[in-house]
Amino acid sequence: MPETAPLNQPRSKTDLFVSFTLLALQGFGGVLAVVQRELVEKKRWMTREQFVEDWAVAQIMPGPNVVNLSLMIGGRYFGLPGALAGLAGMLAAPLVVVLLLAVAFGGVSDAFWAQGALRGMGAVSAGLIAAVGLKLIGALRSNPMGMPVCIALATASFVGVGLLRWPLAYVLLGTGLVACGWAYLQLARQATRDGEAP
Amino acid sequence: MNPVLQLSAQDWLSLFNHFASLSLLAVGGAITTAPDMHRYLVDETYWLSDAQFTSSIALAQAAPGPNILFVALMGWNVGLNAGAGLGGGWTSVALASLGVAVTMLGIMLPSSILTYTATRWAHKHREKIGIRAFKSGMAPIVIALLLATAWLLTVSHNLPARDWPLYVLTALTTLVVWRTKLHMLWLIGLGALLGALGWV
Repeated sequence: MPETAPLNQPRSKTDLFVSFTLLALQGFGGVLAVVQRELVEKKRWMTREQFVEDWAVAQIMPGPNVVNLSLMIGGRYFGLPGALAGLAGMLAAPLVVVLLLAVAFGGVSDAFWAQGALRGMGAVSAGLIAAVGLKLIGALRSNPMGMPVCIALATASFVGVGLLRWPLAYVLLGTGLVACGWAYLQLARQATRDGEAP
Repeated sequence: MNPVLQLSAQDWLSLFNHFASLSLLAVGGAITTAPDMHRYLVDETYWLSDAQFTSSIALAQAAPGPNILFVALMGWNVGLNAGAGLGGGWTSVALASLGVAVTMLGIMLPSSILTYTATRWAHKHREKIGIRAFKSGMAPIVIALLLATAWLLTVSHNLPARDWPLYVLTALTTLVVWRTKLHMLWLIGLGALLGALGWV
């Protein structure tokens, strides 16, 4: 995906708040898929490559990952007030909605049709997450570790978490350390090469 | 009707402390700490019924917004139980709101402060090789985690003879979102409809 047009950025903290509110209200069964589509493909606040990097940090830090992402993005443009605007946008309106739903439908969630609807929506949100994963693979092309190494690390992580069901922390420590170490070597080598070039 | 809970200031404080202590452990989403919340709220303190606990998670998943809001619903229900349910009028609503504030601040404050501080620091030093190596190194791994999450959600329905329509729905959604620009709300609506009708 060649990046020709320059990136946009949020105009103000209000823009940030409103944008994240709208994102969050569209995010049934998880907000990630909407965030990726809106921020990268529509608003173009960041490239796919930047999104992967930010997502990596947001997911590894403790706390809800999309909320972490809103803190990071808000903080980057407007410091602490921006981070709070992003956070509030992500949480405030959905909180009101979910409480209203609890008051209105608290007793309904055991009904057969409601259970069925949840099952159906769950299956769709699994598909949404998978699609984001597939879309982001393309961003690995510019990764300093090179595509084959990236695919090998991704496969190993998938097998560990998805098939063998090892605890996430062990897998992150295992493949994560190898990956960061290898990336460090590649980047350091690149830096020396660039240093030598006239 | 649940018997009315009597919660002291001490109880509210320990509710806050419990969620605050889980906050920093919630790597990979707060839902990973749900079993511990269940132990505390349902098994130890009896502040929530089992049904309230389960429906808090289910409702937050069905509603728009980050899934972390299941914590707010738990706080809401604890407050309601302390105020004689919705029949308790404004006292109940006030207590329920207090529950939301206490649990959400508890689960959000520690992790948000850590994330904000750490990522500001990392952003300031973003040209350093160590920081760039961390981001580049973790990129393929978090992509794999996304795919693994989708996989685990799918195979949690583990009877292929009964659950194959769900598998098909997940696969179709993946393909459509990956390859087209169709609005995702249509797909969510379709999933809810098919499920409510009992077709998947």
